[in-house]
Amino acid sequence: MHRSPPRTPTARPGSARLPVGPLAVGLGLLLLVSLVCGVGLGAAGIGWGEVLRLLWAGLTGGSIEARDVAAYTIVWEIRLPRAVLGAVAGAGLAAVGVAVQAMVRNALADPFVLGISSGAAVGANAVILLGVFAGLGVWALSLSAFASALAATALVYAMARSPHGLTPLRLILTGTALAYGFQALTTVMVFGASRGEAARTAMMWLLGSLGGATWAQVPLAGAAVLAGWGWLRRRSEALNALAMGDETSAALGVRPSVLRRELFLVTAAVTGTVVAVSGAIGFVGLMVPHVARMLVGADHRRVLAVAPLAGAVLLVWADLLSRLVLAPVELPVGVITAVVGVPAFLLLMRRGGYAFGGR
Amino acid sequence: MTVRLDIEGVTVEAAGARLVDGMRLAVDSGAFVGLVGPNGSGKSTLLRCVYRALRPDGGVVRLDGEDVRTMTPRATARVLAALPQESSAEFDFTVGEVVAMGRLPHRERSAAADREICAAAMDRTGVAHLADRGFLTLSGGERQRVLIARALAQQPRVLVLDEPTNHLDIAHQLDVLSLVRSSGLTVLAALHDLNLAAAHCDVLYVVADGRVVAGGAPHDVLRPALLAEVFGVRAHPVRHPETGAVQLLFDLLPPT
Repeated sequence: MHRSPPRTPTARPGSARLPVGPLAVGLGLLLLVSLVCGVGLGAAGIGWGEVLRLLWAGLTGGSIEARDVAAYTIVWEIRLPRAVLGAVAGAGLAAVGVAVQAMVRNALADPFVLGISSGAAVGANAVILLGVFAGLGVWALSLSAFASALAATALVYAMARSPHGLTPLRLILTGTALAYGFQALTTVMVFGASRGEAARTAMMWLLGSLGGATWAQVPLAGAAVLAGWGWLRRRSEALNALAMGDETSAALGVRPSVLRRELFLVTAAVTGTVVAVSGAIGFVGLMVPHVARMLVGADHRRVLAVAPLAGAVLLVWADLLSRLVLAPVELPVGVITAVVGVPAFLLLMRRGGYAFGGR
Repeated sequence: MTVRLDIEGVTVEAAGARLVDGMRLAVDSGAFVGLVGPNGSGKSTLLRCVYRALRPDGGVVRLDGEDVRTMTPRATARVLAALPQESSAEFDFTVGEVVAMGRLPHRERSAAADREICAAAMDRTGVAHLADRGFLTLSGGERQRVLIARALAQQPRVLVLDEPTNHLDIAHQLDVLSLVRSSGLTVLAALHDLNLAAAHCDVLYVVADGRVVAGGAPHDVLRPALLAEVFGVRAHPVRHPETGAVQLLFDLLPPT
């Protein structure tokens, strides 16, 4: 029927898209290597051979000698859960970042744009600075952070609702406005705190840290991130439709109001869980989705295959650097994600060929 | 294998005003039906009810007699495809990815079959050579053809278009409408240009203030008296020298 004059296809520079299968496998392998590095490097100076031997012994249930107990404890009870939790948090933040950017159709959105992390910070700092929930012991911080994240979520949801459902602009404005309110509460608590060390701990939590990682945190956070990621992957085509606009989405049989509500709940649950165990680690959820799109294009089926793995790798390394750069002093991991991430991100973007929001 | 579309008394209210007031119109199986009317007359709002972006406050939309509210949104999207008036493309999808979205409503599909259907749709609209281009880098005419390819990849029976020729130059306007015409689908399109509507549509409905004020063959509907009342212009119908279709020349109404 219609024939247009043939035209030379003009590929944009830098728009070459990588095959997603090999890339995901490569990132998976890189993640394994990163985890081993995360376990092998540290202030205690345990040799590589010993680290690998101890890892192997732990995996296969082999026996170790009495003089290895201290090193074994460092490897298995301190460094490994920390590296694994870093991978879980990185994957979760990256996956949620992808989802939130599609949900509010905005390049600047990240998991924290909905005010969830600021809400969690209120609960966490109430524990750190005011000593509430002291009866809950080591669980007080995570539980309080999670509970206040959920409360913040409920508040944002209730305020952002309108007869037309959750519209992108209302979500962003409500989340941002409430985040300022939550931050003010946190600031009051920090300034009101009598102990200087507590304020430092609070600062650490606000910028994110994996310093408190234990195995006990891994199953729940891991399950939440995996379940959230799995759900997002199943809805990745619907995310594509939503990204094209609410009208297009409806015309393709995806009700935007329903999908946005589901996305809100899933991203809130995953973000709340991640923030509860690692604090508000910034930049991963904003940058990794864009990096993934630069590599594989905008199709969410491809982005969601790659972004969480990239986020996991990034955070394992960022955490490693946060322990090593000023050892024995630990930096908040959010500082490292920014210091390493910002130049890498700008470089990638300037390479050209990446368009979001039209340009 | 086409389907008829019936709109029965559809009403939409917003903030106390009736944007669409009991509109009733029928689109026969395989017909190309145009919806014309001044800005704000309710054309887009009605079409949004048809492709289910909006739930009407009253009335029924039927596909081959079946009330669309008894169908899931995906089931509706397997029968009816739409080109909404929406240009929010934040994400840098390729043309191929945009067309592939048309397969979303379908179940039990294979990647190979999807690729074939999308390739055929892009061939039909002449955009196969653009498959790897970014959708955001295309011209208006190219974008419209890509969106038609997406609609065809949906393998629908009915096509709903909201001002598909907006912002296109005259060659692309004619190109888009003949492309839609040759699809052989049941078509309902809101159109701004009365002459394009007259030349391409089997049936025209004229809407004003949320109501259907006339319907029928273009030469019966586009009467000077009606056009003066609805659009506020003086129209002189003439015959197209080759096709014989009615065409209009316009003046402002004389001041009263």
